[in-house]
Amino acid sequence: MLSLRVSLTATALACLIGLPLGALLAVARFRGRNALLVLVNALMGLPPVVVGLLVYLHLSRSGPLGFLGLLYTPTAMIVAQTILITPIVVALSRQVLDDLHAEYAEQFRSLCLGRGQAVFALIWDGRYSLMTVGLAGFGRAVAEVGAVIVVGGNIDHLTRVMTTAIALETSKGDLPLALGLGLILMTLALAVNAMVHGLRVTAVRYAHA
Amino acid sequence: MHEARIGTAMPVAARAPALMPLEVRGLAYEAGGAALVDGIDLTLTAGEITIVLGANGAGKSLLLRLLHGLIPASRGEMLWNGSPLDRMVRARQAMVFQKPVLLRRSVAANIDFVLAARGGRDAARRDALLHEVGLSDHAGQPARLLSGGEQQRLALARALATRPEVLFLDEPTASLDPASIVKIEQMVAAAHGVGTKIVFVTQDLGQARRLAGDVVFLSRGRVAEHSPAEEFFAEPASEAARDYISGRIVI
Amino acid sequence: MKRAVAFWALTLALGTIGSAYGQGASILVQSTTSTANSGLYDHLLPEFEREEGIRVDVVAVGTGQAIRNARNCDGDVLLVHAKDQEVAFVADGMGVERFDLMYNDFVLVGPVSDPAGISGMADAQEALKRVAEAEKPFASRGDASGTHSAEMALWADAGVNPMAASGAWYRETGSGMGATLNTAVGMEAYALTDRATWVSFANKADFEILVEGDEDLVNQYGVILVNPRRCPSVDAAAGQAFVDWLLSEDGQSVIAEFRVDGQQLFFPNAQD
Repeated sequence: MLSLRVSLTATALACLIGLPLGALLAVARFRGRNALLVLVNALMGLPPVVVGLLVYLHLSRSGPLGFLGLLYTPTAMIVAQTILITPIVVALSRQVLDDLHAEYAEQFRSLCLGRGQAVFALIWDGRYSLMTVGLAGFGRAVAEVGAVIVVGGNIDHLTRVMTTAIALETSKGDLPLALGLGLILMTLALAVNAMVHGLRVTAVRYAHA
Repeated sequence: MHEARIGTAMPVAARAPALMPLEVRGLAYEAGGAALVDGIDLTLTAGEITIVLGANGAGKSLLLRLLHGLIPASRGEMLWNGSPLDRMVRARQAMVFQKPVLLRRSVAANIDFVLAARGGRDAARRDALLHEVGLSDHAGQPARLLSGGEQQRLALARALATRPEVLFLDEPTASLDPASIVKIEQMVAAAHGVGTKIVFVTQDLGQARRLAGDVVFLSRGRVAEHSPAEEFFAEPASEAARDYISGRIVI
Repeated sequence: MKRAVAFWALTLALGTIGSAYGQGASILVQSTTSTANSGLYDHLLPEFEREEGIRVDVVAVGTGQAIRNARNCDGDVLLVHAKDQEVAFVADGMGVERFDLMYNDFVLVGPVSDPAGISGMADAQEALKRVAEAEKPFASRGDASGTHSAEMALWADAGVNPMAASGAWYRETGSGMGATLNTAVGMEAYALTDRATWVSFANKADFEILVEGDEDLVNQYGVILVNPRRCPSVDAAAGQAFVDWLLSEDGQSVIAEFRVDGQQLFFPNAQD
């Protein structure tokens, strides 16, 4: 299902980018760090439509990346959602890993760990808490309509996802169908959350939290 | 048999100049406008186990952290056999904290992590270390589910994994049961036996008597006394130390 | 209901797979919403795709936005309903040529209670004037769409400046036709809508058509091939094939066949 494919891919990408950045922000101390933290926290509130417009302007045929021909494709939707939720992953993982780092910092310094080693050790040791961070990002991605409708175009059979389908059915006045689709979407989100939760519980039991 | 393997200094380190002696002149650390330790003059030589004594708040833990470079000194000079405390020097030291900081991984993985960070996984060495601290049977268990004594033994094994030339211990046996205390003292003595310089903070006078070669006594952020153990326990030179040993309250 | 949901879910799933394996030429149509929301494309496009083997993807947005998107070269064909803007689009060199495609009409809808008393009036301008005088709620698209342009023209002809009452009885939703109708139903407001969207709109509640049949309410749709000289990404051959087919007897009769609730919603007039 396209909704899942787009949002899960975007979540994976956002984690790939956001977790190391979040961990780095937790580890590093530099001038302007606080300003950067405020900025990242503020970016969590990025309006999806604004992200959609920015991506649209870049991917449009008349935009700088227009030659790629990505507008109105699932790829464009993934890009937009990745941009949308990466700040969430960065900010929340920074928060989670800050606490962990406070505990580990002296030990890491005693071991003369490099920054990269510290970052990856934090991410690995915080992986169960970070699953929740990923879920928060996924939740935002799968529920948003503003960005994907602009860059995806809500094209039937190509870029129509659950949320844009819901928006379409609402605009047709078919509210029961829109609600039904909403239920399906919620069920999907529930299933993903349940799966991750199950994974986490099992992993924690057998691994070394 | 295993002691020899654990304590042996790394070949690389052996080629580098020794870390000891340590010369400290006028070391101070200030926070919030108050000097928490000040005017520390200290010479530590290789060989003896140095015990750091002093009342709570005397600056023992702080001194250890300064010597190990966990926090930067506000003033003063510190030379390890003539070298400043840079990353290369710090890498040849290790520290065991009062409250062990174990990774959220298995017992074995805690050792593996350090070995990997220092350039090489070595399953045989990891197993030897775990055997030495009596944790072989727990290798696959989550480290954080060990008992307090087991956790501290693991922390000590992990510190020794890097074959440090200097080992700092900050009240490692506080609130441990007697069996664990004995085990840890044995391991510390073994490490000392193969040439590792031990700097050991404790509040336990019995432990101090058992281990000490020389004693550094801190009072109110200053070195009140630094003398060989027999002298210190027989006839403390400073009044503060006399009060401390005799159990009188020092304010 | 259940079946509809299941069908949707299946469509989405298959659509994902289908698109992944889709091949051959495809074109993108920047379109007004009424043709999509009424279901015309679902009726029309399979015919064309079967005959020509060209897949047609549709981005359905307001006419104003569709034209802006096309100006950015994000589409091969433009299918909208705001003649002045379409002519300007071609005059600017963005479009090859504009063709009349089909028409239907706008209608004034409102609650059965009809607080302004416009039901059955033959003159749309007079009806709007009466709404303005009575200061009864009127929901406007407010989004530079084709319908919005038509509405603004009607107000101008009626000599009323509704913007003066913006936020009072004149309420601009700034959204699509369907959303505006939902809003109108929610606050018992009058609204101007194209007939196609209205007939296929499912959330009518106690609303009905109050004014219709005025000549001023004609709603003309046009189709334009985006100029490949200005937009190299345009698939001129496939796009032209689509335009030609829409204007052909075949295409025109398929448009005429389209029914919702037994009612014809679009009247082809390419050959007029």
